[in-house]
Amino acid sequence: MKISAKFGGALLAAALSTTAFHGALAQEDTIKIGVLHSLSGTMAISETTLKDAMLMLVEEQNKKGGVLGKQIEAVVVDPASDWPLFAEKARQLISQDKVAAVFGCWTSSSRKSVLPVFEELNSILFYPVQYEGEESSRNIFYTGAAPNQQAIPAVDYLAETEGVERWVLAGTDYVYPQTTNKILKAYLMSKGVAEEDIMINYTPFGHSDWQTIVTDIKNFGSAGKKTAVVSTINGDANVPFYKELGNQGIKAEDIPVVAFSVGEEELAGLDTTPLVGHLAAWNYFQSVDADVNAEFIETWHAFTKDEKRVTNDPMEAAYIGFNAWIKAVEAAGTTDTDAVLDAIIGVSVPNLSGGTSTVMPNHHITKPVLIGEIQSDGQFEIVQETAAVVGDEWSDYLPDSKDLISDWRKPMECGNFNVATGKCGGKGS
Amino acid sequence: MIFKSLLRACLACLFLSLCTPAFAQADSKALLDSLADANFKQAEEIVGQLAASGDPRVVPALEAFAEGDLYARKSDDAVFITQAAGSKLALIDPLSGESAGEVAKGAMSKIRVNNNLRRVIRSALGGLTLLSPDRNTRLQAASAVLASPSAENLDLVEAALERETDPEVKARMVEARAVSLLSSDRPPEAKREAIETIASLGGRNAIGILMSSAGTLDPSLQEDLDAAIARLESKLAFWDMAQNVWYGVSLGSVLLLAAIGLAITFGVMGIINMAHGEMVMLGAYSTFVVQDVIRSNAPQLFDWSLPIALPVAFLVTALVGLAIERGVIRFLYGRPLETLLATWGISLILQQAIRSIFGPTNQEVGNPSWMSGSFALGGMTVTWNRMWIIVFSLTIFFALLALMKRSAFGLQMRAVTQNRRMASSMGIRTPWVDAFTFALGSGIAGIAGVALSQIDNVSPNLGQSYIIDSFMVVVFGGVGNLWGTLVGALTLGVLNKFLEPSVGAVLGKILVLVLIILFIQKRPRGLFALKGRAVEA
Repeated sequence: MKISAKFGGALLAAALSTTAFHGALAQEDTIKIGVLHSLSGTMAISETTLKDAMLMLVEEQNKKGGVLGKQIEAVVVDPASDWPLFAEKARQLISQDKVAAVFGCWTSSSRKSVLPVFEELNSILFYPVQYEGEESSRNIFYTGAAPNQQAIPAVDYLAETEGVERWVLAGTDYVYPQTTNKILKAYLMSKGVAEEDIMINYTPFGHSDWQTIVTDIKNFGSAGKKTAVVSTINGDANVPFYKELGNQGIKAEDIPVVAFSVGEEELAGLDTTPLVGHLAAWNYFQSVDADVNAEFIETWHAFTKDEKRVTNDPMEAAYIGFNAWIKAVEAAGTTDTDAVLDAIIGVSVPNLSGGTSTVMPNHHITKPVLIGEIQSDGQFEIVQETAAVVGDEWSDYLPDSKDLISDWRKPMECGNFNVATGKCGGKGS
Repeated sequence: MIFKSLLRACLACLFLSLCTPAFAQADSKALLDSLADANFKQAEEIVGQLAASGDPRVVPALEAFAEGDLYARKSDDAVFITQAAGSKLALIDPLSGESAGEVAKGAMSKIRVNNNLRRVIRSALGGLTLLSPDRNTRLQAASAVLASPSAENLDLVEAALERETDPEVKARMVEARAVSLLSSDRPPEAKREAIETIASLGGRNAIGILMSSAGTLDPSLQEDLDAAIARLESKLAFWDMAQNVWYGVSLGSVLLLAAIGLAITFGVMGIINMAHGEMVMLGAYSTFVVQDVIRSNAPQLFDWSLPIALPVAFLVTALVGLAIERGVIRFLYGRPLETLLATWGISLILQQAIRSIFGPTNQEVGNPSWMSGSFALGGMTVTWNRMWIIVFSLTIFFALLALMKRSAFGLQMRAVTQNRRMASSMGIRTPWVDAFTFALGSGIAGIAGVALSQIDNVSPNLGQSYIIDSFMVVVFGGVGNLWGTLVGALTLGVLNKFLEPSVGAVLGKILVLVLIILFIQKRPRGLFALKGRAVEA
């Protein structure tokens, strides 16, 4: 029953999405970019905002005269939270619509699904979400945070400032939390944390009954050592998790929770009064005090015609990725993939926290890490800000990847160069 | 920065020597003002000094600080308690509590607070308010000291204990004293007593307090400590069991709520209704709309928002259900595959419609005050929202049972599903009974949505997360039998919660599914199978 139902759903969704977004006809005097975000299905909750953000960025750029003297045209498709459909839609964008670059994807599964398409058809993808690392592709730019730009600084903050000695690593059961937790565990143990002071817990997608796990966390935390929860819980499961924490009376002063997937947008569906003091680590918060940010928020509110719409970290990553691409295209004088790939490395663009971000040879970018505490108005109070950190694609804390580096400049052009053996291990996975 | 505060302290000293009566006044004021440009570490020290001053007038300022309502004026670094007043901030003098006018938000900068500071403030407030004339404040103070043990509070607690007359507050203070004593440098004998007092507290917290002092104690006390911890652990083993059963019943009641509407549309009528989850979702969105209207028009009614939302949700979903039955399903009776596809399509349409109207993001549905927080029952924590949901789902279940078994409509409903032609020839208008039965099932799903909005996300995807579980419960319990749905839901809930601690949530869920598949192999009609001729019809 379940299978046929799913099949039916996919058919319907596919039928809907192919017809819905092909209003705009191709025009020769525009440069086209693809926007590949789910507008229906489970991921629509997060990805729709990014689609809106991309449309806003395109509109703003066109007001400034576009790029290379041409207007930019965004081609929006809906992969409907269906990973294989992502690959199909990516192929359609590149081959049929002839877009110059694609901005999109949210989950790692969707990125892994489109990666071979971008390599095969030699196009460019800008991926704006924090991810687990352990990947490098010639055709993908990772403008979200790698684990060393989010997870490790957050753990350092808790250990140094709050004196945490006992760790619960709680996550949803899929690739990002598992890899991040593996890195974190290795990192914590390298810092002298004993194995019995680390508890790892996984839950299914959309888990809604957190009673047992919150009790487990409470019990784990009553061993006389300061305890914290590092949460890689994804998406919708966060709201019931935080509600249960609040109801069971776990205060941030006692057991703080630091989350890597909870931003302003996720908190919008939640009364945050019982959560004040719980933390999140990102490279951007809406509460960042910078002129460029104030301007961005104002544009966003004007574009969405909604004063309450919040901004979040993946939006900043999209902003950086888009501007870096514009700058590279202008430097190269063409939208040709190879020329842009050459030109974009080393490009610096302003980020929204008041500094600049540079595209590095490993296709990751530099950005500062901010630690924020949740406030009762659903915003974050920034309690720590680091200097800009370079995204590290191959973690130094995992035995498999500690010798690998990635450098896509000529003549190396290698996504997984092994510094121990001095050989390139082939194409990035 | 340090220079500035030093300067200010010097000025304060100068001021002090000039007029001694103003000693405390100037001291506290200067300390508070020095918060203006202190970093987190310095602020902790300042709070410590404020606490040590014993000046009770700093209490409101410290409370405001912990809440994030303490601001410094940018022009002169003077510190004020603030309240939002429209787009401006109303200033209140931190010591006297007098109003000090209103200023624009831009003229003030917030004095930032983090978790560590909040902890320090909580402990300081505990110490400062132990002697308050108000009984509840003293009780809170003692609890605060209990929650954040520090040797500095010991003298304060002992002084307060001597003057305390209220038995409940006194008992709390004795505990607070024991906790503070454990981390002080008192002789081992006193500490032995303290260990006993803490052990008598019971619960996880007591174990935590005892274990945190494990390394610092005199070796002669180690035995007492271990014995006390072991005693606590053995007591907790029983309560852990009870807690597990409670969690199981709670999960079972959520499953029951989700499935009970389906027990009618699928169980009684035999429609494979894939849009059932969306009815739950519509119910949750009705709650959101009701709360939204109440928030903007009559905020004082907020605690009543759920009782008000119940009939609204029922009506909305029942009408949608009626429309679906009349518009689509009635043409598809006896064709289960087509029904399945059609209702799945309807579910997608409803989801996308809600997404277009309300947006794809979660909507905030608040918990009324009587559904927030928890209470302790022996050694276990019971959260109010879970308890009310159990009560609520059982109420709905029995109300529905009464409707089916005792009312004329229930009788017609059962007659039509058991033998349509016979019922028809007895003068029952079968098409309308079908329509109203489906509307009833949808309406019940809608009021389940009201309850589920309290524990889950209110997003367009809400329904999808419950549809599989609902079918699981109805099929496992036995199609067409309400009691089966009840027993099935509770069995699955308890089973899940007993598997979860040992094998984890992911594997637990898989095991439950495997067990159900095996069970259905053995008993294809579920726990409570319908018997007799009705089954064949």
